[in-house]
Amino acid sequence: MTLLAFDWALLLEKLILIAIIVLASLGIALYTTFAERKVAGALQDRPGPNRAGPFGLFQPFADGLKLIMKEEIIPNTSNKGLFILGPALAMTAALMTCAVIPWSSYIEIGGRKIDLQVADINIGVLYVFGVVSLGVYGIMIGGWASNNKFSLMAALRGASQAISYELAMGLSLIAVLMISGSLSLKTIVDGQMAEGGLWNIVYQPLGFIIFFICALAECNRTPFDLPEAENELNMGYHQEYSSMKLGFYLFAEYVNMIMSSAVMASLYFGGYDIPFLDESTLPVNTAAILGVVALLAKIVFFLFLFMWIRWTIPRFRYDQLMHVGWKNLIPLALFNMLVTGAVILWQQG
Amino acid sequence: MNTIQVLFFFLSVLAIFSAIMVLVSKNPVHSVLWLITVFFAISGHYILLNAQFLAIVNLIVYAGAIMVLFLFVIMLMNLNADAAPRKNLWMKLAGVISGGCFLMVLISLIRQTVELTGKTVMMKEGNIGLIKNLGKALFTDFVIPFEISSVLFLSAMVGAVVIGKKN
Repeated sequence: MTLLAFDWALLLEKLILIAIIVLASLGIALYTTFAERKVAGALQDRPGPNRAGPFGLFQPFADGLKLIMKEEIIPNTSNKGLFILGPALAMTAALMTCAVIPWSSYIEIGGRKIDLQVADINIGVLYVFGVVSLGVYGIMIGGWASNNKFSLMAALRGASQAISYELAMGLSLIAVLMISGSLSLKTIVDGQMAEGGLWNIVYQPLGFIIFFICALAECNRTPFDLPEAENELNMGYHQEYSSMKLGFYLFAEYVNMIMSSAVMASLYFGGYDIPFLDESTLPVNTAAILGVVALLAKIVFFLFLFMWIRWTIPRFRYDQLMHVGWKNLIPLALFNMLVTGAVILWQQG
Repeated sequence: MNTIQVLFFFLSVLAIFSAIMVLVSKNPVHSVLWLITVFFAISGHYILLNAQFLAIVNLIVYAGAIMVLFLFVIMLMNLNADAAPRKNLWMKLAGVISGGCFLMVLISLIRQTVELTGKTVMMKEGNIGLIKNLGKALFTDFVIPFEISSVLFLSAMVGAVVIGKKN
């Protein structure tokens, strides 16, 4: 049968890799919720959750159990199919990004070379963009299907915010692509790891700042968390949700944060590169594992940055948000792109 | 049947079924969501033709941006199934007949195009849809039409801003 004639070992290898990455992201997301509350506690000079287990380490499980045990409510006047589809879409879109992120170089098991990346496609960065732009549907469908005017308002806000900030994000990204000359995330990371190559942040400080601000907006994090502005919209687009459907929305936000941190680390901070160390001198498997640790360290740093900003800066007003997005960030990103192009042209002579 | 044929038939059936659902859905929001499924199926076809760049741009631009705006407008106007004007049977019949005529014209056009006769589709091996080749083609062979179309987009943008500024 020709239908089944392909490398089954490859399929198995990829399936295991996907399972590990998805479970690891969910696990990290679980503890990010805990870290968020601890960081909030530290920043507000209070201990944070410390009752469940040593240092409150079992708090995320207690929270998860609480969410699961709650009563599942689907409002009578809601659009039931879409009401369930909303959180599912949000979670799917959040997790799909992990497919193109290079977690490390490769490991060798029994003479078989296994890439620690699910798919090295030649449009990697655009794939991330495609998935991010689909994440909006989770919010929009959930907000609309709830049949509640506050949810709808929040969903519309969220969608317009996401569309606006995607533009500036894409424009700041183009400058990175001009430097690296490739859309594949693996090639971008390899370019930064190469002998004498510097991390892209050195060449693109302005581009990174724009990208980071847009990442905050895309993840609906403060100061851009208008879709959940509880003092004017009650609770935002997930007001009618309860139990694990609400949990999916909240969780998707944390998964999104992890994925955007990973993308930022790969684009601007050398991905799995360990600074001041030539990885080719190490044994292959050691280098790969150290690479994963390096990338995770960078991700944790960005996650901390996300939290630090959340507990420091108040929220924008809606018109200010649009003003910043369209009238400040987009011209800045265009300027950054022009300067990058000019410098590249000048260097090529 | 090899894998590609299975995928082709799956995507085609999905595309046609979703397209029909776009038309028959009573609720405009459902129509938009089915239209997004159509775009996904078409992007799948692009990937079968080894045009990954076109596939992902199709998703980003159509499914990711334009359809969000469609959904936006429909949700803002709060269109419901009962708010839509009732069309009578004759109108529907006329629509079906004129649409069918258009389909016939399209099919006969494709069947008779000289450049297409005797050609088979390049599955998995064509490379014009990759970003490098597409960029080269657009900026060398087709640079004038490409630039003219960008001016067209610019004028549309300026027009939208002018109309928006009036109020």
